[in-house]
Amino acid sequence: MGNYIKLIALGGVTLFAALAANWGRDVAYIVHALIIMGVAAFMFVRVLRQMEAPVYATPDGYMDDVVRAGVIATGFWGVVGFLVGVVIAFQLAFPALNFEVLQPYGNFGRLRPLHTSAVIFAFGGNALIMSSFYIVQRTCGARLWGGNLAWFVFWGYNLFIVLAATGYLLGATQSKEYAEPEWYVDIWLTVVWLAFLAVFMGTIFKRVEKHIYVANWFLLSFIITVAMLHLVNNLSIPVSIWGSKSVQVFSGVQDAMVQWWYGHNAVGFFLTAGFLGMMYYFVPKQAGRPVFSYKLSIIHFWALIFLYIWAGPHHLHYTALPDWASTLGMVFSIILWMPSWGGMINGLMTLQGAWDKLRTDPIIRMMVISLAFYGMSTFEGPMMSIRAVNSLSHYTDWTIGHVHSGALGWNGMITFSALYFLTPKLWGRAQMYSMSAINWHFWLATIGIILYAASMWVTGIMEGLMWREVDANGFLVNSFADTVSAKFPMYVVRGLGGVLYLGGALIMAWNMYMTIRGGAKVHAPVGVPAE
Amino acid sequence: MENTSLLTQMAENWMLLAMFTLFIGAILWALRPGTRALHRDTANIPFRNEDRPGSSETEELQK
Repeated sequence: MGNYIKLIALGGVTLFAALAANWGRDVAYIVHALIIMGVAAFMFVRVLRQMEAPVYATPDGYMDDVVRAGVIATGFWGVVGFLVGVVIAFQLAFPALNFEVLQPYGNFGRLRPLHTSAVIFAFGGNALIMSSFYIVQRTCGARLWGGNLAWFVFWGYNLFIVLAATGYLLGATQSKEYAEPEWYVDIWLTVVWLAFLAVFMGTIFKRVEKHIYVANWFLLSFIITVAMLHLVNNLSIPVSIWGSKSVQVFSGVQDAMVQWWYGHNAVGFFLTAGFLGMMYYFVPKQAGRPVFSYKLSIIHFWALIFLYIWAGPHHLHYTALPDWASTLGMVFSIILWMPSWGGMINGLMTLQGAWDKLRTDPIIRMMVISLAFYGMSTFEGPMMSIRAVNSLSHYTDWTIGHVHSGALGWNGMITFSALYFLTPKLWGRAQMYSMSAINWHFWLATIGIILYAASMWVTGIMEGLMWREVDANGFLVNSFADTVSAKFPMYVVRGLGGVLYLGGALIMAWNMYMTIRGGAKVHAPVGVPAE
Repeated sequence: MENTSLLTQMAENWMLLAMFTLFIGAILWALRPGTRALHRDTANIPFRNEDRPGSSETEELQK
């Protein structure tokens, strides 16, 4: 019966997408309709061929296939996202790289959201989904709830990424930072995200452990808050059901405030709470000892949840936003420094009594540097949110440097160490194919981040000072173009930092491939019957 | 207009008080005495059920 309903639904979607491809008003919409038509038709045939297939009982092991797929997707999207980042970094340094033949698809304006979404949502999102699925099973002692729903989440999320990425290149964007996808892609993400929430909650409900481990608290808050942020920030009305353009419901300063409430909490709950969930599982596992203080982790959680949600207005200093609102955002950003450092100390002190592993275990070293960058960027962020500092730093490359020390240092490094932890485990290998390659990755990535952050600090502060420089008569000394030409050397250094970081990721991809492909099996993989 | 100012009033008074109380309450709850053994047990969850889902019997054995 269920299969018949699926067939009717998939047939309906295929037909609708075919009509949409015919009547579509813009290129992005037509291409998306064709993609959706192809996917729905493929799924229709797939369901049809399995109509008479016998139904097997649910295996009682952990559901790790979907985690394995997630590990591969994370590695793949990481390399793609870093590559686009390197390309656009050099496009800024050498504008001639915005090739005439590729206009408008290959210019900086269209590739930039492709880069941010590829690294945050494709690389980071796949990392979060696959590690949530891994962690929630282990810490609940239960198989994922919902059977193939977890596969729907994985493929559905990656379809969202493909739709978003092709949309940017073809010019469909609602021009909200980190929320660029248009209305129908937003609706699809909502469906997928609710399925993700259902799988996660369902697994927690059937846990055998009495208590919910702290990592699951962070991951659950990440899933719920992102759902809330996504829904409110994407309230828009499509101009036509046959076109990608939509109009925002909010306007003016309200829209700006909603956007940065969303934008900053995307940092707070996607890139911080979610990755802290990974940290609270993988760091104790790799160090072989429980988290330093469980009490501190509970306080860390509640303080982060209660404080982060108010910090958004610090993105709107000196704008039409009332002063009291931006002061509120600034004050909460500064208070937020405390739980952030509490969490960092908790992670680092987990190594107490195992500090020698820092010399011998390159994965632990990666985790430590990621926590160090977490501490550094959660100190830098509150400082930059102070109105007086912000008047210098806002709209300059300092902001870009800050974002990247957090994203490359904290999110990137903790994800790499999770991949190095999971790849051998999930494919039943003793360890990664090459431990010295992990060392190479560590140093390439670290030096890359340092080049990136240092050059952006220099160019950002220089730019801020040049913009505000006035002569004795009160006239501005520099034109905007003066700052652009003064930044050139730093832009080249930033690009080189990106190349090093990308090089490290390529070494990781090779190492993962070699680990998956070969090597002696010493540890029976989970979910496979014993021989 | 009326609704907006009513919501603002509530947010500035009762909501603020409720959320602040909840926050302080959560922290005091984490720090309540006599939880050392409980927290040690919870902190060790990642080291159980590594390869197979747990069952209620294994849970009993651990106690």
